[in-house]
Amino acid sequence: ARSGALGSTLLRLLSRGDISEADWEEIEETLLLADIGAGPTDELMTALRTRVKVLGTTDPEQVRDILREELLTLVDPDMDRRLAASPVVGDDGEPHPATILMVGVNGTGKTTTVGKLARLLVAEDRDVLLGAADTFRAAAADQLATWGERVGVPVVRSDRDGADPAAVAFDAVKAGREAGVDVVLVDTAGRLQNKAGLMDELGKIKRVVARQAPVSEVLLVLDATTGQNGMRQAQVFAEVVDVTGIVLTKLDGTAKGGIVVAVQRELGVPVKFVGLGEGPDDLAPFDPKGFVDALVS
Amino acid sequence: MFASLSDRLSATFKSLRGKGRLSEADIETTVSQIRRALLDADVAVPAVRAFTSAVRERASSAEVSQALNPAQQIVKIVNEQLIEILGGESREVRFAKHPPTVIMLAGLQGAGKTTLAGKLGKWLKEEGHTPLLVASDLQRPNAVTQLQVVGGQAGVPVWAPEPGNGVGNPIEVARTGVAHAREKYYDVVVVDTAGRLGVDAELMQQAADIRDAVNPDEILFVVDAMIGQDAVTTAQAFADGVGFTGVVLSKLDGDARGGAALSIRTVTGKPVLFASTGEKLTDFERFHPDRMASRILDMGDVLTLIEQA
Ligand SMILES: Nc1nc2c(ncn2[C@@H]2O[C@H](COP(=O)(O)OP(=O)(O)OP(=O)(O)O)[C@@H](O)[C@H]2O)c(=O)[nH]1
Ligand SMILES: Nc1nc2c(ncn2[C@@H]2O[C@H](COP(=O)(O)OP(=O)(O)OP(=O)(O)O)[C@@H](O)[C@H]2O)c(=O)[nH]1
Ligand SMILES: [Mg+2]
Ligand SMILES: [Mg+2]
Repeated sequence: ARSGALGSTLLRLLSRGDISEADWEEIEETLLLADIGAGPTDELMTALRTRVKVLGTTDPEQVRDILREELLTLVDPDMDRRLAASPVVGDDGEPHPATILMVGVNGTGKTTTVGKLARLLVAEDRDVLLGAADTFRAAAADQLATWGERVGVPVVRSDRDGADPAAVAFDAVKAGREAGVDVVLVDTAGRLQNKAGLMDELGKIKRVVARQAPVSEVLLVLDATTGQNGMRQAQVFAEVVDVTGIVLTKLDGTAKGGIVVAVQRELGVPVKFVGLGEGPDDLAPFDPKGFVDALVS
Repeated sequence: MFASLSDRLSATFKSLRGKGRLSEADIETTVSQIRRALLDADVAVPAVRAFTSAVRERASSAEVSQALNPAQQIVKIVNEQLIEILGGESREVRFAKHPPTVIMLAGLQGAGKTTLAGKLGKWLKEEGHTPLLVASDLQRPNAVTQLQVVGGQAGVPVWAPEPGNGVGNPIEVARTGVAHAREKYYDVVVVDTAGRLGVDAELMQQAADIRDAVNPDEILFVVDAMIGQDAVTTAQAFADGVGFTGVVLSKLDGDARGGAALSIRTVTGKPVLFASTGEKLTDFERFHPDRMASRILDMGDVLTLIEQA
């Protein structure tokens, strides 16, 4: 409950001299509730307590500002978050489209993100082609085809379900090369990281694509509602396909997506985009400051 | 760093072994390790707090001091407490006295609703029912096609009068679907709905309107086992927005600890009815609270641990 301006001033006066255990607990809870994780939260709290002691601060608000600073350092505003979406020259000295692979566990928003990214790239006047390498999920290729129509880009898909996804990805990149497009976005099936067979299949998709053109980006799509399992997802996907960037989806809900703080640190790979809805324009570049503000709000 | 709670507890227990009773410090150490394990398992912060205080209380009470050694007793208490919260016995689906039984699915985007519709269809058919799936997600691209495909795989008909992709009224489709079932003697109707966020008032209202149009016997809240602390907020939003009678935990074939089961149970009091354990239509089972308890705590076989302690 809000106690009004006078009330909160009184409270602050009362708490002067020391930050109460309840204040500390509240701060810790904020971090835990944002899915920062118990381990990283402990680390942050220790750092925070030390700094507060050194600075001799007693104002809870100021403590929160310091926390914001600490978090921002962790999130690292200086990372390069640009998308590698310019055509590249391959080993053969030939120009190739930038190839971007979309990967992640089931239902995180890969297909939707492919559609949104295509929209963004088209708006920047780039020629884009989509590859429907999810040949498994019911109607996955139809879903991508609908996105292709929506944003006005061609889609390469297999004419049958259950086709070899690596072959479809290969065909898409080949078609993109022949058509001279700038970017080929390859959608892949959702897979849980503990399924070795499916992870092998993903590794193969990447290797086969790389035979056509160097892979410019592998974007791991993480759902903001995901808790601590997000770290396992990141570790395993990074091992298998060498993730180059993260897309944090569904940030338009109540989840804060705090797991990406630890994920970024562990992989050394930046969050590049955030998903903010189901529409074609609901994709935004990742904004470290806005993200941190939302984490501690 | 210890890999799992069983490792951590085993280490603590070594130092406890031989002690007749637990000191307050012993209890605190153990409780704090349990707290950490629960948080790592994405159990909601308030639920963790309630849980650890219950364990602390039971551990320091007279209950501790008889047959088992103290370490064994704490493991037993923790396990019992978890199973109790997770719902003890699991409930069966409630069928209507006068068919058709209507089962409505609701949940966040990508939770696993449409896949579950196919699984329920297949299961119901095998149980001797004549189910009908209803395509009331007219929003997400090709959700209707997806339901038609899973319906085909399950050998269950799909009511899909509207193409979707933004065309058609989901409330109307649900209503006519149930009417069609009544007319053609389908005895169970499974209504697939679009994914929606707890904060999306407009879509939440739509879900409530679908509910009011078909009067479901069960509203199943489908939730991804990988969900973190948002489980509570979202479960509460769905409980308030449409209300649900049971929970289905999906993607349990992954390696997430699935603390959401505990959070949602604590917050809404609604039982988990089913576990969804894969992408195939047969990957579907009844929910087992005891298995879930040791999974959340990452304790492996709790009985073995008790023997070792
Ligand atoms: N609110 C919201 N919903 C999103 C966002 N991104 C995707 N979705 C929705 O999440 C659901 C899953 O999205 P998909 O793009 O199909 O996810 P996917 O990762 O391709 O799923 P699979 O291929 O089945 O693994 C759909 O209902 C999308 O509309 C987002 O940023 N915000
Ligand atoms: N591994 C695994 N994948 C699952 C499970 N249930 C669903 N999926 C996958 O999760 C993704 C999303 O499932 P859907 O059934 O489309 O989810 P939904 O809730 O209908 O999604 P929206 O309609 O977009 O809100 C798909 O890739 C499914 O194959 C499960 O129990 N295990
Ligand atoms: Mg997809
Ligand atoms: Mg669906």
